[in-house]
Amino acid sequence: MRPVLRLLLALLCLGACAREEQTDVRIGSKSFTESVILSDIVADLVAASGARVIRRPALGGTRLVWNALLSGEIDVYPEYTGTLRQEILAERRLANDREIAEALAELGLRMSLPLGFGNGYALGMRRDKAEALGVTTISDLARHPALVFGLSEELLARADGWPALRSAYGLADEEVRGLDHDIAYKGLVQGAIDVVDLYTTDPEVADRRILVLVDDRKLFAKNRAVLLYRADLEQRAPLAVAAMSRLQGRIDTAQMIAMNVAVKTGLRSEREAAANFVFAQFGVEAPTPSLSLVERVWRRTREHLFLVGVSLAAAILVAIPLGVAAAERPGLGHAILGLASVLQTIPSLALLVFMIPLLGIGAPPAIAALFLYSLLPIVRNVATGLTTIPRAIGDSAIAIGLSPWRRLLIIELPMASPEILAGLKTAAVINVGTATLGALIGAGGYGQPIFTGVRLDNFALILEGAIPAALLALAVQGLFDAIEPWVVPRGLRLKGSA
Amino acid sequence: MIRLEHVSKSFGGARVVDDVTLTIAPARTTALIGPSGSGKSTLLSMIVGLATPDEGEIEVESHLLTPLSAEKLRRLMGYVIQDGGLFPHLTARRNIELMARETGWPPERRAARLDALLCLTRFPAEALDRYPAELSGGQRQRVALMRALMLDPEILLMDEPLGALDPLIRADLQDDLADIFARLGKTVVIVTHDLGEAGFFAEQIVLMNHGRIVQQGRFADFVERPAEEFVARFVRASARRRADLPLRPEDAR
Repeated sequence: MRPVLRLLLALLCLGACAREEQTDVRIGSKSFTESVILSDIVADLVAASGARVIRRPALGGTRLVWNALLSGEIDVYPEYTGTLRQEILAERRLANDREIAEALAELGLRMSLPLGFGNGYALGMRRDKAEALGVTTISDLARHPALVFGLSEELLARADGWPALRSAYGLADEEVRGLDHDIAYKGLVQGAIDVVDLYTTDPEVADRRILVLVDDRKLFAKNRAVLLYRADLEQRAPLAVAAMSRLQGRIDTAQMIAMNVAVKTGLRSEREAAANFVFAQFGVEAPTPSLSLVERVWRRTREHLFLVGVSLAAAILVAIPLGVAAAERPGLGHAILGLASVLQTIPSLALLVFMIPLLGIGAPPAIAALFLYSLLPIVRNVATGLTTIPRAIGDSAIAIGLSPWRRLLIIELPMASPEILAGLKTAAVINVGTATLGALIGAGGYGQPIFTGVRLDNFALILEGAIPAALLALAVQGLFDAIEPWVVPRGLRLKGSA
Repeated sequence: MIRLEHVSKSFGGARVVDDVTLTIAPARTTALIGPSGSGKSTLLSMIVGLATPDEGEIEVESHLLTPLSAEKLRRLMGYVIQDGGLFPHLTARRNIELMARETGWPPERRAARLDALLCLTRFPAEALDRYPAELSGGQRQRVALMRALMLDPEILLMDEPLGALDPLIRADLQDDLADIFARLGKTVVIVTHDLGEAGFFAEQIVLMNHGRIVQQGRFADFVERPAEEFVARFVRASARRRADLPLRPEDAR
């Protein structure tokens, strides 16, 4: 009886689930950043239209995702016209977008109009070298046959790659090396290679040291991002299709680069990058970061205070004893202060990046870096405060019969308290400012909207982080001023005190 | 009683105290005098354990002074320095009561002792809750004296206690100090560079020069029977600054 009941229930459930699947819009992507971001953008817009969305990001390579679309496991995924023509439908030898669309229609698929940006090949040079030679376009390269090319094997192999490029622009064939893209890029930065190929939406394209040469004969312009979807979606979820169509022509190359950079540097997840874009472009609040302004600021305030609070508390616990030791033993003091000074000279961003191999990404490396930065001002001021106590008072404290520990506690530290408090204040204010950089390694905080705003060129977003950060710095300063009367004994604040 | 046996101390190669053997008698006032750099302050700081002798031994109340015993022995000694060495972050009352609190005296006992000291040093009770910065130079020295006497030590060590005061306050405090020393009957060691002041306070005067004891005795001994030319010169130099001191040894009679 019971097994039968269970079976019935299971069948009922299956039926229900199957029926529900009909109305869901399943959105897939290939397993690389840009594809995932695009699928999340689509998902956010479709979800906003009222349809139920099932996200299937990063399913795998081109062939796998294509097959998933054909078999109906997914309804939509982002693709590129060049990939459709050269790879998926290569044997059909399609000439243009219209022919691609016709070929897809035979398979029960639809292709959206282009989203705006094209992810294709481009050539890049070091900006300083290009400016010195007066090179801005690919045509200009023909005038400089001595330049060393370092191109990816893929570009060299593709019929529409290097051979087409060379004949179209009349480039010399000497000094062309085939190498791995990442190595070529390093060679370019170091000056061993003059020209490399890039994807137009690579984060490197955003690197200010790199100049992307203008493809003035439009050889590379035909590989545009589109959405592929199943034709039956137009009947099943017309609103979803309408929502997707809003994306047509709306993502330009700079925006796509900014999102890729944000995700690849760990600044935000693909989902967050997508949600930010959808919010900025369409005013659609996607579920993940679609908190209200107050909630967003509050969340970042918590993150920021967490970074500052933990790192500063740890720094105080470590730096005060270090400062006392430095004051007690001048030799040790030189070593401690020297080390802390060296730490201080490491650029903040470099220190954050050094922490990643040790502590990964997120709050821990940021807290470690902030902790190290906070040490110097505290150690230095504790040591200075203790060593500048007048000799007569130090001698009196000994001669009166106090133990070293009691001397430190009831005479020396209270007398050094104005210096120590000043050191803590400096450390805290530096810490609040530097903690914004934590956003670059995924630690959140006020830096997150600032850096996203900078990359997306969104001034409002920059202010969303910059204003609270400035206010927090002022508040910290005010807090230290306010606690001074409680911390610094009254006798030390009187005029004429020694 | 304080005993020093062949005590020497060098700072950076310079011998500041050179083979000093000295017995400081109990219940009397002894003055250590000499020009600046003669080692008198260093000698006093070794007695209180602020500096450790390179050679020789110091005994305080029959206890050998070592870095280990110093912390305990200091409580048998009160120490007052030139500008008082008061803790600026504590009120006069807290400065005075500091060690009594540290050693756990009950409040009634502290209050009684404080009353006695206020009376002894003629310090106004209403000024007790002021901070050192709010007191005059003379008041600061009276507070420093009360702080040194709070635990009622047998020995009082004073390093130029009047050095930073202007003449009127100085004279006033000199009278009070002499009266206090007489009434307390403690072992007092006072460091001064002024022979007249030494003669005013002390039965026993110890003159030092270049880290050595040149002569010790009563005031009259120095004037009448200087042990060497340096003593005679020191006496004459002091006389030039003080009208109440005889110009030549003969005049002292």
